[in-house]
Amino acid sequence: MVIVMVNKKYEKIVKRHQPKEEREKNALLAFLVGGFVGLLGEALIQFFCCKFHISRSEASTFMMITLIFIASFGTALGFFDKLVNFARCGLLIPITGFAHSMTSAAIDYRKEGPIYGLGSNMFKLAGSVILYGVVSAWFFGILRLLIGGGA
Amino acid sequence: MMYLYSFLFAGFVCLIAQIILDHTKLTPGHITSIFVVIGAALDTFSIYDKIVEVVGGGAMVPITSFGHLLIHGALSRVDVVGPLGIVMGMFDLTASGITAAIVFSFIFALFFKPKN
Repeated sequence: MVIVMVNKKYEKIVKRHQPKEEREKNALLAFLVGGFVGLLGEALIQFFCCKFHISRSEASTFMMITLIFIASFGTALGFFDKLVNFARCGLLIPITGFAHSMTSAAIDYRKEGPIYGLGSNMFKLAGSVILYGVVSAWFFGILRLLIGGGA
Repeated sequence: MMYLYSFLFAGFVCLIAQIILDHTKLTPGHITSIFVVIGAALDTFSIYDKIVEVVGGGAMVPITSFGHLLIHGALSRVDVVGPLGIVMGMFDLTASGITAAIVFSFIFALFFKPKN
């Protein structure tokens, strides 16, 4: 009984001293940074289309690889972590977040060995994206086939 | 015009994600998984196809396009080899992104030490 009361008191104190998160500022930052990444994606597609005379779908593949490279390299150098902490969802929701989670897991767990460290933990965060992506794509793909949409 | 649409759409997706992150106890891992499922679900009635047509690159950048690409890889293989294509072609379009992420992560993990 006493412990419960002490716990509740403690929670109140913790709540009072928690830093107030500025939600509006976070949301605006996420919008601006995420929008900028989208803009960069479109610009890269246009660039690859004009430069190498390839189709839009191929150009978007190149665009994704470019963004993944930027995110991975930035994470390896260390500055991308600070950017992610600053912009939060603005960089986590674009494909850069996928690359960031994989590279940071790979770098963090490498010291535990090549198999049980690097190998087992690389997909620690990105694995859930692939798992739920594949399961839902399988389910909705069958649904779309049955409805008659096709590809 | 496509640049503006790209900016607005990608920004809008990130804004929704940030609002969910701030107002619930879900972590970024939950949110990215949910968004992939949303992307795949929107493609059931080819809504995301139309978004990609209008918005262009801005719709390919958020993680929702991952679900969209998974479905399209699977379905385009279905056209060629029949119903089994849905398992054979699942990674056709996303393979490049996943391979690139794995290779870059592996190489950088070999050469870089964790900061802090």
